[in-house]
Amino acid sequence: MTAPALQKRLGLATRDAYGQALAELGRRNPKIVVLDADLSSSTRTAMFAKAFPSRFINVGISEANLVGMAGGLAASGLIPFISSFACFLTCKGYDQLRMAVAYPHLPVKVVASHGGISVGEDGVSQQAIEDVALMTSLPGFVVMVPADEHATRALVNAAVDYPGPVYIRTGRPKAPIVHTAETRFEIGKGVVLREGRDVTLAANGLLVWEALAAADALAGDGIQAAVVDVHTIKPLDQALVEAQAKATGAFVVAEEHQVWGGLGSAVAQALARTTPAPVEFVALQDTYAESGTPDALMERYGLTARHLVNAARRVIARK
Amino acid sequence: MARPTPQEIPALRETARRLRKLDIQMLATAGSGHPGGSLSAADLVTALYFRALNHDPADPQWPGRDRFVLSKGHAVPIVYAALAVAGYFPESQLATLRQLGSPLQGHPDRRRCPGIEACTGSLGQGLSIGVGMALAARWQGAAFRTYVLLSDGETNEGQTWEAAAFAGFHHLDHLTAILDYNKFQLDGAVADVLSMEPMLEKWRAFGWEVRELDGHDMTQIVEALAWATTITTHPTMLIAHTVKGKGVSFMESNNYFHGVAPTAEEAAWALKELDGHGPPPAEFLATVRRGAK
Ligand SMILES: Cc1ncc(C[n+]2csc(CCOP(=O)(O)OP(=O)(O)O)c2C)c(N)n1
Repeated sequence: MTAPALQKRLGLATRDAYGQALAELGRRNPKIVVLDADLSSSTRTAMFAKAFPSRFINVGISEANLVGMAGGLAASGLIPFISSFACFLTCKGYDQLRMAVAYPHLPVKVVASHGGISVGEDGVSQQAIEDVALMTSLPGFVVMVPADEHATRALVNAAVDYPGPVYIRTGRPKAPIVHTAETRFEIGKGVVLREGRDVTLAANGLLVWEALAAADALAGDGIQAAVVDVHTIKPLDQALVEAQAKATGAFVVAEEHQVWGGLGSAVAQALARTTPAPVEFVALQDTYAESGTPDALMERYGLTARHLVNAARRVIARK
Repeated sequence: MARPTPQEIPALRETARRLRKLDIQMLATAGSGHPGGSLSAADLVTALYFRALNHDPADPQWPGRDRFVLSKGHAVPIVYAALAVAGYFPESQLATLRQLGSPLQGHPDRRRCPGIEACTGSLGQGLSIGVGMALAARWQGAAFRTYVLLSDGETNEGQTWEAAAFAGFHHLDHLTAILDYNKFQLDGAVADVLSMEPMLEKWRAFGWEVRELDGHDMTQIVEALAWATTITTHPTMLIAHTVKGKGVSFMESNNYFHGVAPTAEEAAWALKELDGHGPPPAEFLATVRRGAK
């Protein structure tokens, strides 16, 4: 089986895809309003603000207030999209996300940028590595981490139709294209990008590209790795995890997140439920990162294809 | 605090100029960072490190040292410049700003960098940390003072006011906050995003002794810092009116340079200007980036 040579093609940053998709949605759905906390130029809600100034508010640097307000707007029949950096929105707005959004199960769409360590030089204070753990712990919240511009567009659109609270993490750097405009996306359904029989590489966000590159490298050694984009961490695609467990019997889960409470934890839980299999975790190993270029940080903290390859060999040996 | 000698004010001005140059060089080398809010704070930071703070660069952990918390963490390059010039680490280390492995992180990191007292960069948290330090001094019977530098944007944060209320209610007289009131935040002018005026009345109402000053007038800064040490009944707030990007004409109140580093050419002109060669020529100014990034 010879796969076509893998080519890295950078697409839009997922935050840019969000900005475009949101401005587009604004035209179609008059219930959508947007709030940002003095980061509209970075989260890209500025695109919506320009197109629909009367449906946009910059609340200033006050994330907790922003989330509470969104709860009030949603309780009054609007569909608020709220954005800031992922660390500020989830950490500063957590109690408000709990009481004003999750508990009353209101349709607030939290789309937070600068997820992960690929934020780069700004360093730890701006790099969200705990957001998925925080947000999956809130009952009823859908939690998603799209890999590229196609996934982002589709999932932002899906979020509008979902009748409850949604969290979407976007990223700062340009994201390699791993999907096509035709790929079908559904909340809670993973996308199989490559079939395999020896190991499953399950990833989200920028790690999906790394997983594809790793699968390519492994194929050179005769190891057939499946690659799955698990863009939705919650609700997790239990059926897909089971099917992959049966097909490959071993998993590597890769994410730009702290190892506790992210995609890895979710997949391990799903496996333990019905189809136990060995798992290796490519993630931040209970550490903060630091300042540096995005590429240097991804390498230094073990989030590149090379690390997935090593993890795959380890997990296959444990089968 | 003793009255400044006649030579001292010009010497502090000269130090501030030196810190501004280091700031520009660091940011240009790093290729990212925040020129506007570090330049607006240059004179305040100079007066703190080279006049007001009781500190010992040879012993950064000396328990009796005054504490300085940079709440507006993104302005940290100007503090790194001050720490280097004061002798906490060699000036050559400034070139490592924002690089992998450097103690000079993009935002302050108290575990990595000597002289840094708090991990900041999530705006709105610094005053609470400073309140904790001032309370520790009170509980421990220690004489040190605590200084916190705030941005105008982070007075948007509710936490700033929770800390302000606590400090006022508990009469934390060994606490001095300084507001770098440069009138801009990230997305634009404070007056357009979320104005906190009347600023002075707010702090007074929260139980603080307040003074307004020109945050680029070294005599006024030194006097205001000295005044703060004479207040024994309340926490003190110095509202310093400043200009974002101060010292480099094409960065002044040009919020493009909030979070974008100068190019090599921009840095070269900025350094010339800081060396007293006047503003750059019109042909160059026509190329300068402006407005929202
Ligand atoms: C809690 C939080 N929200 C958002 C940001 C992103 N951010 C960095 S600087 C900044 C605003 C800068 O304005 P100001 O605080 O007034 O600083 P200055 O103008 O003095 O640079 C923002 C919103 C942040 N660092 N922390």
